Amino acid sequence: MKQVNITATTTEPPCRPRTVPIRVLIAKPGLDGHDQGAKVIVRGLMDAGFEVIYSGLRQTPEAVARMAQEEDVDVIGLSSLAGSHLPFCRRLRDLLQTHGLDDKVWLVGGNIPAADFAELKELGVAGIFPSGARLAEIAQFIREQVK
Amino acid sequence: MNAPRDARAAPDVPVVNESGIEIAPVYTAEDVAASGGADMIGRPGEYPFTRGIHAEMYRRQPWTMRQYTGFADARRTNERFKYLIANGQTGLNVAFDLPTQIGLDSDDPLAAGEVGRVGTAVDTLRDFEIAFDGIDLDRITVSLTINGAAAILIAMYLVMAEKRGFDLRRLRGTAQNDILKEFIGRGTWIFPVEPSVKLVVDTIEYCARNAPKYTPVSVCGYHIRESGANPVQEMAYAFCIARAYADGALARGLDIDEFAGRLSFNFNIYGNIFEQVAKFRAGRGLWARIMKEEYGAKDPHSMWLRMIAGGGGSGLVAEQPELNIVRGAYYALIGALSGAQTMALCCYDEAYTIPSEYAQRIALRTMQLLVEEMGLCDTVDPLAGSWYVETLTNQMRHSMEEIIAGVDARGGIARLVADGAIQAEVSAQAYARQKKLESGEIRKVGVNCYRMQEEAREPEFHPYDEVAAQAQIAGLNRIRADRDQLAVDTALQRVSADARSGSNVMPAIMDAVRAYASVGEITARLVEVFGRFREPIRF
Repeated sequence: MKQVNITATTTEPPCRPRTVPIRVLIAKPGLDGHDQGAKVIVRGLMDAGFEVIYSGLRQTPEAVARMAQEEDVDVIGLSSLAGSHLPFCRRLRDLLQTHGLDDKVWLVGGNIPAADFAELKELGVAGIFPSGARLAEIAQFIREQVK
Repeated sequence: MNAPRDARAAPDVPVVNESGIEIAPVYTAEDVAASGGADMIGRPGEYPFTRGIHAEMYRRQPWTMRQYTGFADARRTNERFKYLIANGQTGLNVAFDLPTQIGLDSDDPLAAGEVGRVGTAVDTLRDFEIAFDGIDLDRITVSLTINGAAAILIAMYLVMAEKRGFDLRRLRGTAQNDILKEFIGRGTWIFPVEPSVKLVVDTIEYCARNAPKYTPVSVCGYHIRESGANPVQEMAYAFCIARAYADGALARGLDIDEFAGRLSFNFNIYGNIFEQVAKFRAGRGLWARIMKEEYGAKDPHSMWLRMIAGGGGSGLVAEQPELNIVRGAYYALIGALSGAQTMALCCYDEAYTIPSEYAQRIALRTMQLLVEEMGLCDTVDPLAGSWYVETLTNQMRHSMEEIIAGVDARGGIARLVADGAIQAEVSAQAYARQKKLESGEIRKVGVNCYRMQEEAREPEFHPYDEVAAQAQIAGLNRIRADRDQLAVDTALQRVSADARSGSNVMPAIMDAVRAYASVGEITARLVEVFGRFREPIRF
């Protein structure tokens, strides 16, 4: 089921103190098939100099945690547009904790109601980027968060 | 960033539409002649149908209004259907939840948290019996927005109608059932590309022989456009897909005129008004010509570009959401000026949530207002004869032909979808568009110009109903306990056997549905034989 492709490398580190590029997993949680936004983010982050791994559609929390671990990413970004982000993130939080992955910078984007921000933050989501967020803003946030 | 646009300040910068066609400041008859002349214009209701598939279009009957609806369970969806019909809606467009769309039962572990969330949950025939209870299937035509699991849900619809005494030979209705575009956008595929196309062809063949008025396929440029395609690609790729299905049906020994009249289309209507109108006019002429010249169709019905025009999720934004009502009104105007037979409008709150009843009513009233107050139904193809629109129609038709030829030269649409080439192409365009939106090159009111400090104010959200989800699962368990399990097992064995032998699986699926086999059970049998699609990831 798992599909992982390393889609780009960069010659120039995006952040001066680091010697290796920041690695980002962009994943599509649950059954939602809206992937236009996720793919735009993948391309945008690649152009911004990150190494990006795209999961493809229909990932379970278990699959996302496993990919994050195996690919040793710095950032986990979920793109959700069909409303099932909260139950997904609750389960993913448990898995990240169990596997010692809670140091990853965790981002959620897409169709995310403001009413859900507080719970997502509590679960450990570092950045929430609802539809309309700008690519530069996301890239900047990642650079600031990843030490 | 909030400065108003002043294009006149830079008169030398070319104006190019989304389809890549440069727009002149003024058009004359010479432009029409230079772009190919007036040969393809004709009269409405006559080949090549550029001006409309019917001679009188809306004078005889305004477009069918078919809002996309469905949530929670069959009972509540039935209530919403009746509400829309009571408010003057003339067709239904059923939304299914994601587990149903990808062939999972409501009690599948992968369905947890998704049951009834973005559409109505369907497990067995019982759900269809409840959802359509009391709805006159002769008067209200029903469109099923289902793709991966379409063969099963079409069977459910036919069996439900049959049990209620409707004659299948007269039954009308539509299923979306366009799996090739699901691989490009929307993503509710189940099986690999080849068996997926085979299943679509099975439904076409079955309906042509048993339910000849039923429209088994609605080929969707709409979602290809939503994924990043421009208007000419939207229509050209849709035609490539329709040709792939038609080729499959011909290979079954059907005559083109036995099924082509029941192929329909679904297109998007957001964007530049004149480009959109020209797109529809160009597409009608081109499809008629493809059917007549390439496929040898003789029946004019086979040459008709029958379509629903939908406007247009990607055009709507979360900022200043009331503006989406205004956008919707312009989209409906485009649809009306384009001669769409059926229309659906995305609701103003749809950028956030499943539309509220209130938002649904505004969308419906928007279309009714055009019919009742604005004179849109008085004459057919009112923009015909505009030098601009006729030139653009010719140019866009040529572009579509080039794109189709290109797809053919690269091995055909099924192959390009299977290896992810089309997906990579449209997603690169979506990215380019996003960059232009961020740079302000593409203007979006409320997003990159005329922004406002908005109070945190969002439309009412459609909450997830865990109680309804549990009730759905309980209902499925009751059916499993009550049904004749021997009949179910026998029918499912036949589904497996027919899938394995390469026969048309529809008769076996009809029997399985009659025995109250579930969507998940039937899908599992097909997956055993066909396997699952593995998404190609290409950037």
